[in-house]
Amino acid sequence: MRTILFIIQKEFIQIFRNKGMLPILFVMPFIQLILLSYAADYEVKNIKLNIIDNDMSHASRLIVSKFQANKHFDIVHFGASAKQGFDDLNAGEADLFVHIPMGFEKKLIQEKDGSIQITADAVNGVKASIATGYAQNIIASFNKQFLKSLKHPVGMMPKPAIDVTYSNWYNPQLNYKNFMVPGILVMLVTMIGAFLSGMNIVKEKEDGTIEQLNVTPIKKYQFIIGKLTPFWILGMIILTIGLVIGKIIFAIPMVGSLGLIYGFTAIYLLLILGLGFFISTITTTQQQALFLAWFVLVIFILMSGLMTPIESMPKWAQVLTKFNPIAWFVEFNRRVLLKGSSFLDVKYFFFYIAIAAVVMNVAAVANYRKRA
Amino acid sequence: MDKPVIYSNDLTKNFGSFCAVNKICFEIKKGEIFGFLGANGAGKTTGIKMLTGLLTPSSGEARVAGFDVFTESEKIKKNIGYMSQKFSLYNDLTVNENIRFYAGVYGLSKKEIKIKKKELIAKLGLEDVQDTLAKELPLGWKQKLAFSIAIIHQPKVVFLDEPTGGVDPITRRQFWEMIFDASAAGITVLVTTHYMDEAEYCDRISIMVDGKIVALGTPKELKNQYNEEDMNSIFVKLARG
Repeated sequence: MRTILFIIQKEFIQIFRNKGMLPILFVMPFIQLILLSYAADYEVKNIKLNIIDNDMSHASRLIVSKFQANKHFDIVHFGASAKQGFDDLNAGEADLFVHIPMGFEKKLIQEKDGSIQITADAVNGVKASIATGYAQNIIASFNKQFLKSLKHPVGMMPKPAIDVTYSNWYNPQLNYKNFMVPGILVMLVTMIGAFLSGMNIVKEKEDGTIEQLNVTPIKKYQFIIGKLTPFWILGMIILTIGLVIGKIIFAIPMVGSLGLIYGFTAIYLLLILGLGFFISTITTTQQQALFLAWFVLVIFILMSGLMTPIESMPKWAQVLTKFNPIAWFVEFNRRVLLKGSSFLDVKYFFFYIAIAAVVMNVAAVANYRKRA
Repeated sequence: MDKPVIYSNDLTKNFGSFCAVNKICFEIKKGEIFGFLGANGAGKTTGIKMLTGLLTPSSGEARVAGFDVFTESEKIKKNIGYMSQKFSLYNDLTVNENIRFYAGVYGLSKKEIKIKKKELIAKLGLEDVQDTLAKELPLGWKQKLAFSIAIIHQPKVVFLDEPTGGVDPITRRQFWEMIFDASAAGITVLVTTHYMDEAEYCDRISIMVDGKIVALGTPKELKNQYNEEDMNSIFVKLARG
């Protein structure tokens, strides 16, 4: 036990003495948290719209004013010609082109069949489908309003349309930050854990000091516990600061138990530190360790459901996410923080991560040798 | 007669088809200063690594401080000190912190650490630099400090792998005085070196060529045996084959 404390003391001195390391530890994660949370916005805003009203009727003006009033759209042109609209799309000056043809209102009233043309720049498919979705909503709402405003003789009321209403649970304002911040927090804790622990042990290899340690009576388990404990503590501190920032800056709802979050992170960090340690056993320089850790983490992060929904991945990729600890933690954090899931709701998350942590550390310990 | 502190019989290490150490045999008594001489790549470092438990031997047998190198390497580690040709202290720890860390992992008590630290710093004259980072010390000072730390737990044996590489002659002389002190205190010293004048300081020396020990004895015996005036001539004669 004393031996472990001496190792931990040495590690902390080295970590805090390294002037290049401190900012990486305590500043970088929060710049990332703040920057990414603001930037990684999946709500499509500021859609550049070119709208052409060739009808100039009461109905068409109502549509135009509805687009104008909608916060998602920025009207860049009230064009006069369809050609202008297509040119704007070509030049990238508009994302969406709405064309109300001449005679629209007349057709709508007499034939009950008006048509409007919507053309989207679909280079970015996600953005285009969201933008046309917004546009359709606007037109649907126009439809409803317009039908009501027509003076109908009694008994000639239009057929009641099915009226779909939405209710968004757990994130009623559909605030994407509520969704992103818990996930980005996971990314930070993971990166700090995996990079630092792996590079730290490899550094002893590079400096040759590991040889000196290997001729001392330090036992394998003492070495590992002594090496990983400081990074476990740092990981918990990073989590704490991240949660505080989430609460203060982003006002993230924290519906569930924070104890649950800490408990899970404690086990999760064992897994991630084990991963870093494993990487250090199969590499000989810090560069190798860094690249290997980066390679693994990029895949884990991009396939974690942090950026894109797991449900929209191909089947094989969805299966792979079952082996992705970041995916588990992101989902866990979102459930507990936003939905307030209890331990019983998420107990299999604990079960899974604990098993993974054991497997990872056993593999790392088996791979680490005091003698060649 | 005392049991030898280090005993090696046909100790061998193969790396694939390359035989780095080929059936070396020797016995080293308590307090003896035993020199391992040989050109680069002769197998000195591999030999030391096997005896310290850093490498598993391929065949043969060896005991260090009474423990078997195959099965009891962890027990051996409690009883030996080791200083390698690479600087073995932490560059980003101060002199004091290095002493405290190694003394701690060798199981010295808090009180012992304090006493040892004081003693050591006074002996090496490091009072003014005890809170200086190790990397800022001159090489000679570092090596002396590393040696002192390697024997801080009063081991039965200390292994020194080219401890004086790159150090000036005066410091080398001081370093050897420290080795004599350790030997007088009953610590067995196994040292590898390139410097033939240092070979003269050893009680006995072995000369390794291509993984084999080709000569073994006191410096005087070897000079008589090979009919040469100094160690240098013997070494060149043997190393050239």
